[in-house]
Amino acid sequence: MTYVIIGNGVASVGAIEGIRRLDHEGTIVVLGNEHVPAYGRPLISYLLAGKIGPERLNLRSDDFYRRMCVDLRLNTTATAIDTKKKTVTTNKGETIPYDRLLIATGGVPFNPPIPGADGSGVYNFTTLDHAQALIAAAKKMKRAVVIGGGLIGLKAAESLFDRGVDVTILELSSRVLSAAFDENAGRLAARRLAETGIGVRCGVTAKEIHRDDKGGIIGVLTTDGMFVPCEAVVVAIGVVPNSKLAKDAGIKTDRGVQVDDSLQTSAKGVFAAGDVAQARDMITEDNRVVPIWPNAYNQGYYAGRNMAGAKESYEGGLAMNSISFYGLPTISVGQVNPPKPEDYEIAIHLDEKRQIYRKLVFKDDRLIGYVLVGEIDNAGMYTSFIKFRMPIPAETKRALMHGEPGVFLWPEQVFDKTWNPAGADK
Amino acid sequence: MKRVYPDKEYCIGCHLCELACITVHSKSQDLIIAYTQERLEDGLKACKRFQEKGPTCVALSCRHCDDPACVAACISGALQKDPETGATTYDIEKCVGCWSCLMACPYGAIQRHPTLNKIVKCDLCRDREGGPACVAACPNMALKFEER
Repeated sequence: MTYVIIGNGVASVGAIEGIRRLDHEGTIVVLGNEHVPAYGRPLISYLLAGKIGPERLNLRSDDFYRRMCVDLRLNTTATAIDTKKKTVTTNKGETIPYDRLLIATGGVPFNPPIPGADGSGVYNFTTLDHAQALIAAAKKMKRAVVIGGGLIGLKAAESLFDRGVDVTILELSSRVLSAAFDENAGRLAARRLAETGIGVRCGVTAKEIHRDDKGGIIGVLTTDGMFVPCEAVVVAIGVVPNSKLAKDAGIKTDRGVQVDDSLQTSAKGVFAAGDVAQARDMITEDNRVVPIWPNAYNQGYYAGRNMAGAKESYEGGLAMNSISFYGLPTISVGQVNPPKPEDYEIAIHLDEKRQIYRKLVFKDDRLIGYVLVGEIDNAGMYTSFIKFRMPIPAETKRALMHGEPGVFLWPEQVFDKTWNPAGADK
Repeated sequence: MKRVYPDKEYCIGCHLCELACITVHSKSQDLIIAYTQERLEDGLKACKRFQEKGPTCVALSCRHCDDPACVAACISGALQKDPETGATTYDIEKCVGCWSCLMACPYGAIQRHPTLNKIVKCDLCRDREGGPACVAACPNMALKFEER
């Protein structure tokens, strides 16, 4: 059995570990288009901030690929998939046959057309190369504008600020973190950034990037007619699934590469996982692209197992983000911005002064989402109610609303099965 | 693999498991110094999460799941599955304190370190001969270390 994995991010690592749980013999070939082994992609903000050195980026130990008997080919981009001949061709002119293929090509930054964007001084912030380019550039710049107030934009801004750069964030919508968090959490995070000296401007975006005669950036003209002087622009509006390869091969795509409950695509023997995949979501129970780290690993892992012959259903991803802003921890899990709030029961505890916030979203007798800011120590206990779809009677709901989740609120049989399953002596 | 199984029917809430845990994970290896000094000065903390409701109590810790949610969520590679022992291992040097594991683990088995930007998680007392110290210290056999 030959497994080929296109991509070398966390979904790929999950797949390798999934395959090797069941198949210790088969050949695994991994095609990575970057020049380094898999790294903790979110760590690039820690690297840019100077909190960690490059030696701490690797997601697995140096001998991981050898131990897992993986043929890792770096600087290698897949250029085409032939699902009939079951081959992948690469930019190096190789044609690699596969029995099982995983498409784990991730996402690519979305760069909208902005006049003046072509040229030097405009960056994205999703790869190690981007981070290293920004580290080099930060030495020479005094001011930067970050376009996009999502997770990537905010972390890019914070990290650049830590390098001594004066940063202004432009966010088109009315608040930062609008996708992953709710309004209150977004406001608390924005406040924390503003307190440290980062400019946060909502409801505006870049209209034009202005350059001098030599082509160097001198500033950004915003949609509300302001001019923000800067020497660099980071475009962090979002990522889109890198699904062209799959699409060109005739594999069904929608927003991302469509997969079934086993994470197999429309082509037999071809699976997809991670930010490129449009897979099942646990809460919404439909297939969607939720480009977050744990989903990518899990999809890779379960795709890997299924590629190795397991016949397991992927339970579905659960949207979750944990991120801190200058020591203010924030966590968001599941559905936190329900489309029709009147159909849900929403419990909020907000202490603006101490910057503590808790929001729980209930649908019928289930918890389907929560946000925590400031006090996050019980996060996992809330996650359990969502993930295990536990029914929530009134007494339990009251305890959760008071910020007191715990295992004794679990149904007895779930508790026993989890913590004290019948053993050999029973 | 052998795991620690807590039994709420037998737990008397004495917290001796926590004391055993901090002692074995202390620099001094001495209960009194661990409790009076290292706990306060270094943020030494037991990896147990003690829960109680009325007369019922239990001391929980990492289950070393077969398919751990924490490993999937870990952005730094600090949490991994040891293919040989089956343990879910934690490398404090790699950890960046992002709290993704704390969010992802539905068993509440991961806690923040009181003073460092790190987590505290059961390591099954891997360096201790005779297995987990909490199990050895439990006076009422409420903690068992066995294959199930």
